[in-house]
Amino acid sequence: MIARTRAAMRLVTGGAAASAAAPGSPPADQSEKSYRWFPPGTHITVRGLSKQFQGSPLYQDFDLDLPRGKVVSVFGPNGCGKSTIINMIAGLIPVDKGDILFDGKTIDETRIGYVFQNYREALFPWLRAIDNIHYPLKLMGLGRREREEKVQKLLSRFQVKIDFNRYPYELSGGQQQTVSILRSLVMEPEVLFLDEPFSALDYEMTLFMRDQMQKAFMETNTTMVIVSHDLEEAVYLADYVLLLTRRPTKIADLVEVPLPRPRSAETLSDPKFVEIKSHCLDIFRREARL
Amino acid sequence: MDIAGKLGRLRPMIGVVLLLLVWWVATVLEVADPVLLPPPQKAFKALYDGLVGGPLLTDFVQTIYRTVLSFLIASAIAIPLGVALGAADKFYRSVEFVIDFFRSTPASAVFPLFLVLFGVGDKTKIAVAAFGAVLVILFNVAYGVMNARKTRVLAARVMGANQFQVLTDVYFWESLPQTFIGMRNGISLCLVIIVVAEMFIGSTDGIGHRLIEAQMLFEMPTMYAAIFAAGALGYGMNWIFLTIEKTFVHWGGK
Repeated sequence: MIARTRAAMRLVTGGAAASAAAPGSPPADQSEKSYRWFPPGTHITVRGLSKQFQGSPLYQDFDLDLPRGKVVSVFGPNGCGKSTIINMIAGLIPVDKGDILFDGKTIDETRIGYVFQNYREALFPWLRAIDNIHYPLKLMGLGRREREEKVQKLLSRFQVKIDFNRYPYELSGGQQQTVSILRSLVMEPEVLFLDEPFSALDYEMTLFMRDQMQKAFMETNTTMVIVSHDLEEAVYLADYVLLLTRRPTKIADLVEVPLPRPRSAETLSDPKFVEIKSHCLDIFRREARL
Repeated sequence: MDIAGKLGRLRPMIGVVLLLLVWWVATVLEVADPVLLPPPQKAFKALYDGLVGGPLLTDFVQTIYRTVLSFLIASAIAIPLGVALGAADKFYRSVEFVIDFFRSTPASAVFPLFLVLFGVGDKTKIAVAAFGAVLVILFNVAYGVMNARKTRVLAARVMGANQFQVLTDVYFWESLPQTFIGMRNGISLCLVIIVVAEMFIGSTDGIGHRLIEAQMLFEMPTMYAAIFAAGALGYGMNWIFLTIEKTFVHWGGK
């Protein structure tokens, strides 16, 4: 507990903090170096993140707070680094500078799940679907019986109709991505990252998968960060939509989506939903300079 | 099954029948000296006599033994090394020229060197064959690893796999289709080198030895028999590999 508090109170270099998770308490100290207060319920903190991309700055002194147990979707103009930011937070690509902490822990001390856009190249085709789901538990060093228990528990919660004894390439695209999602959920991650998880699927499958996603979230209450290139999807899935600017990327806005779950097709025509979506679109237009 | 289907199955045999027919007609018409080109039935009788209790069986078994042993040694060295080298691709780039150079060197050119190193005997033959096959397999495995889908590697890392687990759980499997291509080429090469070595490096048995002896004694049917035996061996090994590949690397190309 002490360690956690200390980590949360890390000394951070001051600057325009785009502390956006919730209307947080104000910083107590205005001096250049200060212990910055961040909103209660914050799970992921990013401070002073810098990343160059082919010589030009993509992120410069970027700060971000993401709330616990919420779905945040990341949306922004092309090339603003939507995937890059979640890949950096997930530790898939190195940062040039800056700190990223999960509850005060580093990425190496944090269990995360990641769902890739390209499920075909993310699943292991030499393993049956069921063994793909077992794999992360195997890495954690769990014995056969314990693994089977966890997998059974997960599958019974989702009740998806997939023949898990098949190899991934024998399944449809949507089924493969479902296996991917189950594989990332089975180790009960603290944070789940999804990089345009449905963009390789057809529309019908996408609608189905959004509901699977929502089910996964409602069942587990895992903090989720999802990159989407579809504004409707971004709003539909999220509790907060993180809107980014053109590069060098800043936060344009963090829009709350206070619609109740489970959301369904009717949600899409809910006036509140339409209003939030058009608000996001306005910001996006301004930032993308359309 | 209908008649067309049955005929379809027999189609590959047409070439065989045609070849035998041409051969037989050529011997009847005495196109070539009957001593140099005996009729097919004589050659096949020699093959049968040789394999059923005859000396050819021993030669056949000896050649298989040497080929398989050299291939196993080569695989045991090349596959782990190839996976490791491929995963450290910067290091591979620095030794690539050496591998490529010796891979391009005819293995027969190193016979004299290996004779000096290992003396006259089985060791030399097996060592030269293994040497040639190591480079072919290594090259293929390393390329298989280097062409591994980066997403799969990232997926394993993000799930918490360490460097060694990524090697054994992802890179090894990712390179398997290419590894099999390397192993198929490798075993063919082993057979070629072993047969040549049996001809010229003091042997008392083996298909290569049988061939050379038949030639010196002018026993043409025996020679043809030995050629067929060698051909059957090469074809059989390739077939076995393709079958293993199909069941083992079931995801290949998918």
